[in-house]
Amino acid sequence: MLAEFLQFLFSGVTVGAAYALVALGFSIIYNASYVINFAQGEFVMLGGMATVALISAGLPMPIAVFLAVMITVGIGLLLEKLTIEPARDSSVVTMIIITIGASIFLRGLAQVVLDKEFHALPPFTGDEPIIILGASLLPQSIWVLVGMVVLVTIMVFFFGHTKLGKAMLASAHNPLAAQLVGINTKQILMLSFGLSAMLGAMGGVLIAPISATYYEVGIMLGLKGFCASILGGLGNFSGAILGGLIVGIAEAMGAGYISSEYKDAIAFVIILLVLFFMPSGLLGRPGTDRV
Amino acid sequence: MQPDPKSPNGPLLKIEALSTHYGRIQALHRVDLEISEGELVALVGGNGAGKTTLLRTISGIQPSSHGSIHFAGDDLTRLAADRRVEIGISQVPEGRQVFGPMSVEDNLQLGGFTRPRGQVAEDLEVMFDMFPILRQKKAQPAGTLSGGQQQMLAIGRALMAKPKLLLLDEPSMGLAPTLVEEIFATIQSLKEQGTTIFLVEQNANAALSIADRGYVLETGRIVLSDSGLALLEDDKVKEAYLGL
Repeated sequence: MLAEFLQFLFSGVTVGAAYALVALGFSIIYNASYVINFAQGEFVMLGGMATVALISAGLPMPIAVFLAVMITVGIGLLLEKLTIEPARDSSVVTMIIITIGASIFLRGLAQVVLDKEFHALPPFTGDEPIIILGASLLPQSIWVLVGMVVLVTIMVFFFGHTKLGKAMLASAHNPLAAQLVGINTKQILMLSFGLSAMLGAMGGVLIAPISATYYEVGIMLGLKGFCASILGGLGNFSGAILGGLIVGIAEAMGAGYISSEYKDAIAFVIILLVLFFMPSGLLGRPGTDRV
Repeated sequence: MQPDPKSPNGPLLKIEALSTHYGRIQALHRVDLEISEGELVALVGGNGAGKTTLLRTISGIQPSSHGSIHFAGDDLTRLAADRRVEIGISQVPEGRQVFGPMSVEDNLQLGGFTRPRGQVAEDLEVMFDMFPILRQKKAQPAGTLSGGQQQMLAIGRALMAKPKLLLLDEPSMGLAPTLVEEIFATIQSLKEQGTTIFLVEQNANAALSIADRGYVLETGRIVLSDSGLALLEDDKVKEAYLGL
């Protein structure tokens, strides 16, 4: 009984941590521009797929991971430069639609340049499960969790305590005033895409040994990560983590105790409830602007 | 006789035949304007005359379609907005535009974005001495300050860039009369400290009485320019902007 519950919890927390990283990527771009980047899931896919491709090309794993993350960052920067920047004067909705187009393009690109197969990366440190009260925990799950905590800590520090991080927040709150204090808002937007591509790719690499990666893996990861960031409160980093974990655990519990048929529906039921009853999310703050 | 723009006696800001468009609508028509170092120059005009547009064009937010802007002898017509802050043009925008959810201290520090890190801490103290209320509220989100306090913050933020030229867009807008007085006293003391100021105001009376010189803008054209006092006495100005 307990063992079963723990088993569902472990798998929920693991997949939830991956959702949290995707949600974090959404939050960064949202914080810099109020754009919701629906190609975020594709960054996760690219991280995993590029690592697989580079390993099969004969590179040792650490180098393959590093290069895959760099390639994804490069693609994130290009995406901003070639599609978002030319549309900078359009409405936010237009830019969101552009990111949906970009996500379809990236999936197509991965399908053509890489392949359509399912791949699993080897676990970082063996696959001997650790047994806790009858439930088994994969070492890779610990990697995912630790990875998430480290990345989140870095982000919180970056946005709370560095000049560049604060400049990114300022550009989102008020692009006009940001320009008037001498912030290059064009560069900031580009940087935000690079940063969330990096987070997405790292998430993709961490999760690839557990759930296989393939060219369409980003669709569901992206949507669930989006649910997680809405649940936590868009743009809020702690919210992204909390949202990711709740969605992941709810999904695992639902699949375990109700039926795995409904697994994918659970995240979307959550998002509907959140939008109906608390649209600013669990930790999202209502605006403090006074006019 | 053409004065050498690089000479120390040349104007700090020299605008020649400046035009700008919003789409197909022309907002400024060949505006000529000069501001010398240490001067306080006022720009008055009604709603929609193009006052804010002129300031935005000087700051590089709004592109110009014709004419030139020279600052300290250098052509900055094509310079990006963030670079203009670096070379010494700082603006307090209309409606204050503070970074609402961020703290008062963060707002001021962002004002010093283009300054070396060591200087910012020092300048921050100067701002807190100048506006003690901001020191008291330094940890509060800027959006929770009152209108007058937000205006002080916006001015402080612009001063953090150590500007050679300070552009002020409607600093008295929406403020109670006692606060308006306070803001104008602040502007005057900035001038006494040697800051060059370009003040845009609908409150023509208050602006012209502290200005060395003034310009009157009507539908995108400069229609009058004279000393502040002379404009205050001008019948046309009295009728149109002073409600006399």
